[in-house]
Amino acid sequence: MSILVLAEHDNVALKPATQHTITAGSKISEKGGNLEVHVLVIGEDAQGVAQASARVAGVNKVFLADAPHFGAQTAEAVCAQVLQHIQVGDYSHVLAPATTFGKNVLPRIAARLDVQQISGIIDVLAVDTFVRPIYAGNALATVQSATDPIKVLTVLSTGFAAAAVAEGNATVEPVREIVNDASGTRLLGRQLSGGEKLELTAARVVVSGGRGLQKAENFKLLEALAAKLNAAVGASRAAVDAGYVPNDYQVGQTGKIVAPDLYIAVGISGAIQHLAGMRDSKVIVAINKDPDAPIFQVADYGLVGDALEILPRLTAQL
Amino acid sequence: MKVLVPIKRVVDFTVKVRVKSDSSGVDLDNVKMSMNPFDEIAVEEAIRLKERGIVTEIVTVSIGSPACQETLRTAMAMGADRSILIESENGLEPLAIAKLLKTVVLKENPQVVILGKQAIDDDSNQTGQLLAGLLDWPQATFASKLEMTNGKAVVTREIDGGLETLEVTLPAVITTDLRLNEPRYTTLPNIMKAKKRPLDILKVADLQIDIAPRLTTLKVEAPRPRKAGIRVASVEELITKLRDEAKVI
Repeated sequence: MSILVLAEHDNVALKPATQHTITAGSKISEKGGNLEVHVLVIGEDAQGVAQASARVAGVNKVFLADAPHFGAQTAEAVCAQVLQHIQVGDYSHVLAPATTFGKNVLPRIAARLDVQQISGIIDVLAVDTFVRPIYAGNALATVQSATDPIKVLTVLSTGFAAAAVAEGNATVEPVREIVNDASGTRLLGRQLSGGEKLELTAARVVVSGGRGLQKAENFKLLEALAAKLNAAVGASRAAVDAGYVPNDYQVGQTGKIVAPDLYIAVGISGAIQHLAGMRDSKVIVAINKDPDAPIFQVADYGLVGDALEILPRLTAQL
Repeated sequence: MKVLVPIKRVVDFTVKVRVKSDSSGVDLDNVKMSMNPFDEIAVEEAIRLKERGIVTEIVTVSIGSPACQETLRTAMAMGADRSILIESENGLEPLAIAKLLKTVVLKENPQVVILGKQAIDDDSNQTGQLLAGLLDWPQATFASKLEMTNGKAVVTREIDGGLETLEVTLPAVITTDLRLNEPRYTTLPNIMKAKKRPLDILKVADLQIDIAPRLTTLKVEAPRPRKAGIRVASVEELITKLRDEAKVI
């Protein structure tokens, strides 16, 4: 029996979330008496991704399913190929990152396998027992999947360190049978924020802004601070809803879940849903003009004051 | 065109739940319950499609205790035409829910199913994708914009790197994200009208679907509390603390 990790990538680079998922796979492998960890890369011209996957510590084998119809990585196409792979292989677990990619694809696979997926695990206690947050992280459930023959799991990056790159040297095998699910889904286009932006879930420092920043323009103050700290920029739902920043900035229960070494929340009141996305950060700083804002209850260091006045001074003095 | 909107009754989004002292679950006694916010967005989107003349009938369905009738009445007060409640006393897992929804889909024959991307109680984010998989229908998850023309839906999705636009052939399953719309409030006249709309109640056992749980929850615990922090008086003090005490900059 082996463990299958579905790689997240953009056909060019392996996404760091995959490395965290591989660590979860390695942990299951240890509990199960050294099961092999395989990575499946499904994409178009994704040879480089497969080679990068082969260098990740803990990976025994990489399979590459490369075809033009995998370029868009639609749930339907990816699902069909994963099912084919599981059918010819001998897998006890299928894992994917709990990102919008994994969340989109994996339950469709679970449905076809007639398996109850366990979403967003943060710990592995045994080959069939996992810990996952529920109720916006206000409770942690220990869940056992005893009856399903294959365990289908999405993995939260915050629960597992990233497996190191450059240590491993797994083999890369092309997948023999490519499945083409000519389903009724077509990618029309993507608008990615892209650029030089640091990835929120991978950054060591995150600075996030909320409604307290008052307008989109003021996020420039936050970006200046982020540049000084080599930090990624995040936001509360309120700031995204108000149109200050795009949706992919959102940190929270239903957005991105982060756990950096340092999280600086600026002008964020601290709704339950936001706290769910950052409460596991090592050090939390809150800057808010309302001394009673709930964000101060989770902050290691709280500074009461006007964010717009504090931000430039903080940036200048660092 | 008929649209089916599955909705879930959950703990209200403002409630901070507490874990029971025996670690068996969370305490839901006397806690305010509401429609899952993402499902509210799904109901609103269905109503807007009806207002634009694209949809002719909106059917909402819920699975759970008799109290879910109240949630379905809310959906009808917003503008749904009729409702189905599948009564089940036990909490069901997403796969069981998706299987039950599949039987409703096969009976009702909707062209599109719109539902919330995630329920804010168990945070699984599975049901829509499971249903699409069981039906072998295309799926478009995390929608922030939806247009329907000529048997197709064009859906803008919120993904980790930004936005993505998909065209899916109907019938399809669409799950909603936060930015799709702002749900309307119900008004008293509409609440009164909703009381007269049809609400069929089925017993889960009568559907003869395998809904046996696959998972066992061994325990539910509170997360480790963060230790109390301190207030700093100035930017200078903050920087000193981060540098010398926390050693993170």
